[in-house]
Amino acid sequence: MGSQASTLLRHEELEEIKKETGFSHSQIARLYKRFTSLDVNGVGALSREDFLRIPELAINPLGDRIISAFFPEGEDEANFRVFIRILARFRPISDKEKSKDAKGPEPLNSRSNKLRFAFQLYDLDKDDKISRSELIQVLRMMVGVNISEEQLGVMADRTIQEADEDGDGAISFTEFVKVFEKTGIEQKMSIQFLD
Amino acid sequence: MVSAHALLFSLDYQHVQIPFEITLWIMLASLAKIGFHLYNKMPTVVPESCLLIFVGLIMGGLIYSLNDKSPPVMDSDIFFLYLLPPIVLEAGYFMPSRPFFENIGTILLYAVVGTMWNAFGIGLSLYGICQVKYFNLQDVSLLHNLWFGSLIAAVDPVAVLSVFEEIHVNEKLHILVFGESLLNDAVTVVLYKLFKSFCEMPSIKLVDILAAIGKFFLVGIGGIFIGLLFGVFAAFTTRFTKTIRVIEPLFVFLYSYLSYLTAELFHLSGIVAIITCAMSMKRYVEANISQKSHTTIKYFMKMWSSVSDTLIFIFLGVSTIGNNHEWNWPYICFTIIFCLIWRALGVLVLTFFVNKCHVNTVTRKDQFIIAYGGLRGAICFSLVFLLPEFSRKKLFIAATTVVILFTVFVQGMTIRPLVDLLDVTRRRETSPTVSEQILIRFFDHLLAGIEDISGHWGQYYWKDKLEYFNSRYLQKILLREYDQPKSSIVLLYEKLERKHAIELAEAGQLIHTPSSTSLLRSRETAVSIQSPASTNRDIMDNIQEILTTNLYKIRRVAPAYNRYTLPGEMGTAEQAKEILIRRHKSLRLSFSQSDSDQSQKKLHPGLPCEWQGLEHLGHLPLLF
Repeated sequence: MGSQASTLLRHEELEEIKKETGFSHSQIARLYKRFTSLDVNGVGALSREDFLRIPELAINPLGDRIISAFFPEGEDEANFRVFIRILARFRPISDKEKSKDAKGPEPLNSRSNKLRFAFQLYDLDKDDKISRSELIQVLRMMVGVNISEEQLGVMADRTIQEADEDGDGAISFTEFVKVFEKTGIEQKMSIQFLD
Repeated sequence: MVSAHALLFSLDYQHVQIPFEITLWIMLASLAKIGFHLYNKMPTVVPESCLLIFVGLIMGGLIYSLNDKSPPVMDSDIFFLYLLPPIVLEAGYFMPSRPFFENIGTILLYAVVGTMWNAFGIGLSLYGICQVKYFNLQDVSLLHNLWFGSLIAAVDPVAVLSVFEEIHVNEKLHILVFGESLLNDAVTVVLYKLFKSFCEMPSIKLVDILAAIGKFFLVGIGGIFIGLLFGVFAAFTTRFTKTIRVIEPLFVFLYSYLSYLTAELFHLSGIVAIITCAMSMKRYVEANISQKSHTTIKYFMKMWSSVSDTLIFIFLGVSTIGNNHEWNWPYICFTIIFCLIWRALGVLVLTFFVNKCHVNTVTRKDQFIIAYGGLRGAICFSLVFLLPEFSRKKLFIAATTVVILFTVFVQGMTIRPLVDLLDVTRRRETSPTVSEQILIRFFDHLLAGIEDISGHWGQYYWKDKLEYFNSRYLQKILLREYDQPKSSIVLLYEKLERKHAIELAEAGQLIHTPSSTSLLRSRETAVSIQSPASTNRDIMDNIQEILTTNLYKIRRVAPAYNRYTLPGEMGTAEQAKEILIRRHKSLRLSFSQSDSDQSQKKLHPGLPCEWQGLEHLGHLPLLF
């Protein structure tokens, strides 16, 4: 890309995106419109400031983490492919996708990929474990400053104690998944994208 | 025979008759309940409601044979004014608001559209049956049939509660059926009064029908409005009850009952009003009142609703015996059949629409249970007795009685085996743990964020907006101690710790180990991020001890944990400021770092450079 924001997507690209993400034509078009409206400088990619310009996101406690998910490996710009790939994870799992199971590569919005995305938001150093301090960081973001360090620590310990099974003091991905077994996480991690 | 002058003993029954009889009935109801629970097997096979009706039948038979006249029929006024409100209040107060509001669209659809569908369907089909010459029913007019349809269509919350309570289906299913049964009151009231007025009017014009539609909205929204009004008053009142804790529970009951009566005064939906009142005041009242008041409220509500429930079913049984019925079996049988058919159709069609626009699909099994769980109960019964006297009233009474008995006995008894058979997902018996609660909250934020990014206004948007309104305005007015707001994660954590410690105290031991061992392990974990500040083992042990032994202090002692002297409340505005300040700092730091050390791309392996600064930030006092 790199051209004006008003450039429409080429047909081949549209097909690729459709296959990769599973969105319909109209959904992709709508998201592209949203992308361009966020991209006020018209460079064809979004920077962190563009995201922060969304007011609700700026005051979302997890805002920073969510935004960082769009900029992997220290890059500064998110193009449309990255944008829509991440949003695709939140597409609801339809029944026919569930059944065609092991035929091809796992779809982006599979249960496991949804959970992995959430896991990565916790796990900053990418060592595949949520350690106590990573947990405390997230907790601190969510509860504000009224709570003392000790209290946070105790809560984090309690959380790890409940979820940890192999006793390494951190939560691995499989333990993370287990916590959600009882909750209907597919519904929680999906939003209905409008056409 | 009593002689005229004074005796040692005299008998004056008239004096105490009314309270005496009432007390005797309640006593009978409660003894019956004890009786059932003595035989542990019974409630699993036969639901309690059936047994109570059975007792009522026996009582009715006894009275009939003794007096040789019809036993007292349950007075509709008594039912609507005294027996129904406690049950509905308890239901509304303990309603889990989160699943309720998540499914509110579905619930409203079932309640409003479903009930109307049922009412018109049953009424019209019965009218069709009445046309058949053989059944001798031709004088039952269309209007009467529709009227009957409107009162028999309504699913009854009392019956549903008593049956579903025992079968423990999953929360969503429970809330769908239950929410529907509560909210369809508005529709029932409107339809019932509508047909009543139509019967009295000589002719019906289009404008009347339009007025009826408008009336429906008025009834529902008016009920909600009154409920909210009284809820706010109640919350506000409890703000000032710090010195007279003893009467706190009374306010809860008084305000709720007033909301019900006020709504009934204006012919609005009392049930909707009382539910709204209970749900809206709960949050603030619970924050303002003492622990003991909270327990009192809980127990009294459960007690009153239990007594009401029992009495209703017994009276149902009693009223069945007697001369009030005209047993026209074809009509009755067709009524039952049509009730079942129309309900099933209604659920199918509506669920089809629901599944199209919702992520949470209602499965086939759920649909079956919803359709099958549409029990009729005492509300229909009272409404049919309220019908004015006309030639065929007894026919309707008979039909209603049979339908209720059928649904409660047959459907009530078979629903449990069916649930087992279909393997409907059961409710989880344990409450969410701290880790689950935290992660769920995490997802809420995450989804709100993603929805904002994608420009989509889903339910989380409205939830966030409501929360903002709440913390900005409502909490200031309605909460007494608004300077110690805590996020609900902390509240849940404290609640769990409290429960845990009570269990431990009862078991007679205290535990230290979890905190210290996990602390040890976390030291050993090779994480290159700066380790947390409070690694002092003694502090951890101390806190755990404090938490486990002196738990009741937590509720009031919260300011002690507040190491930062923050002015005013931790509202969303303050929270927003904090987050923004943090973000600016991290951005500044990241810029300065990327300027100064270009060669050193990453200090720690795998960490993006902005986050380096944040580690230090986490332990700095925030400046305002």
